[in-house]
Amino acid sequence: MAHHLYVVEDVRAADLKKESIRDGFGRGLVEAGKRYDQVVAICADLTDSTKISMFAEAFPDRFVEAGIAEQDITTVGSGMAAMGKIPFVSSYAAFCPGRTWEQIRTTICLNDQPVKIIGSHAGLYTSPDGATHQALEDITLMRVLPNMVVLVPCDSVEAEKMAPLMAADKRPNYVRLARGASPILTMPETPFEIGPAYIFREGHDITLVATGTMTYQALVAADMLAKDGVQAEVIHVPTIKPLDEKTILESVRKTGAVVVAEEGQIAGGLGGAVAELLGEHYPVPVKRIGVRDKFGESAQNPEELLKHFGLDAPHIAMAAHETLSRRRD
Amino acid sequence: MRQIFSIEALELKANEIRQDIIKMLEEAQSGHPGGSLGQADIYTALYFNIMKHDPHNPDWDERDILIQSNGHTCPVRYATMAHAGYFDRKELMTLRKFGSRLQGHPERTKLPGLENTSGPLGSGLSQAAGMALALRMNKQQHRWVYVTVGDGELDEGNNWEAIMFASKYKLTNMIVIVDRNNIQIDGPTEVVMPLEDLRGKWESFGWHVLEIDGNDIEAVIDAVEMAKAIVEKPVVIIAHTIPGKGVDFMEYDFHWHGVAPNHEQAKLALKEIHTLRGKINQEHD
Repeated sequence: MAHHLYVVEDVRAADLKKESIRDGFGRGLVEAGKRYDQVVAICADLTDSTKISMFAEAFPDRFVEAGIAEQDITTVGSGMAAMGKIPFVSSYAAFCPGRTWEQIRTTICLNDQPVKIIGSHAGLYTSPDGATHQALEDITLMRVLPNMVVLVPCDSVEAEKMAPLMAADKRPNYVRLARGASPILTMPETPFEIGPAYIFREGHDITLVATGTMTYQALVAADMLAKDGVQAEVIHVPTIKPLDEKTILESVRKTGAVVVAEEGQIAGGLGGAVAELLGEHYPVPVKRIGVRDKFGESAQNPEELLKHFGLDAPHIAMAAHETLSRRRD
Repeated sequence: MRQIFSIEALELKANEIRQDIIKMLEEAQSGHPGGSLGQADIYTALYFNIMKHDPHNPDWDERDILIQSNGHTCPVRYATMAHAGYFDRKELMTLRKFGSRLQGHPERTKLPGLENTSGPLGSGLSQAAGMALALRMNKQQHRWVYVTVGDGELDEGNNWEAIMFASKYKLTNMIVIVDRNNIQIDGPTEVVMPLEDLRGKWESFGWHVLEIDGNDIEAVIDAVEMAKAIVEKPVVIIAHTIPGKGVDFMEYDFHWHGVAPNHEQAKLALKEIHTLRGKINQEHD
């Protein structure tokens, strides 16, 4: 059963609305700017494509354009944070954090400055641009950094709520955004805080853990599994670090089998985090869904790529059956 | 802070700081003497004459900011801070040891009075630019942001991004001091990766350039005064320094960029610094 408070009733409805996650975040950043005078936005010549343009229009005096210079936006952000600003630094994830990992490590994380890094165009939803622009490694890169909070919204509505909460958070944050339009699952009244994982669908046979656009795929997979008589619990993890271990462990103690799905490299991301957690605390069969040590490629729409790399709902459902067959009952 | 106005007294202070640098590095048995000794006059001028700061209130919200981009030369900053009263000089002997606030490369969160974490090169200038811009937005442009940058460090592209950025935003509340000592780890800068025409490079990026003898404290103070009066462009002071300044066998030699003196070498170095070019009175013993 879908949790009626949290997500839309029918994830397979033909009229399910779609919107790009970055659009929602753009609106949220304007709200963050209204709530906190110290919020500033720093961009690297991608103002419109990262949707920071909305903030730039609302607060032109608090918008900084550094040109095509990702190392600069990162470190200028560190300096502005040191002087009391709340900088949102924005580029494509392939470039920042892709190119700027060391600057993030030294001048933001070790230096402990509350810079907010927006990695737009992450994952396969950057479909036509091809492998160079489809950042699949960003979650892993940011997850290994002490002090860093790693966030991945599942839709534009959640992304909109996320921005002001990031502004209020005193830690360095990384948020991963997607380019293409993706289904809207949550509602304005759906609760969201930085930290918790949310049970979007209750079940007792298997736990599906997902983040970002894959939360939608997991919910569709749960629907498919229900038709086969398998009741899957779907946990949406918008905060990958620090991980809500309690919610995941409670679910897995009930189900005894897990599939983790993310739209990124299979190594070191959410799947890695969950496997590490369960390996130490409650070893059960785990199957990770993600891109298996490959780069992406161009496609007209993201669905083609999700299918090609084995990330879409039917693949998740198949993985669930396979994992259940390995469960020691 | 206790401001020192007499140039002779400042020179004496720089001399004491150099002696502490040698003692610290000998005790730690690792670290970077070349740039640390070379910048002792600049750091003395900044902490004892130029900057507005309060060693007993390091977070004072009216203080000037000093960003050290060339973090490997932190011994000079630590020694100068100790002399200025930020902490007891005895603590200098903990440099690079377990549990010390004086990390091998400076960490802001470890020691009050540090404004940034550095060591990985090339990112101090842009942090300073971010600070200068934020201070202007906060209507605090009367606070100055100083940044020391190594010359070899200018190989890093991040610097040139920041140099363009500061020029675009006309960040005239920051003053950059380049420690132009012509050496880096692998050899002379002009062999490893030529920087000249360094003045022309900065000028073509829209900066006003001042060039001084960076081991002349009066020249450092005068140049900063002049830099403050230039309101059209951001200002860089190319400070020509002698690496290993004050110790004959270290001066100009890139091998002393990052090697600590042993006991015998330290003894010799201390003796030399003590009597530097006869400028320092023997009764100073």
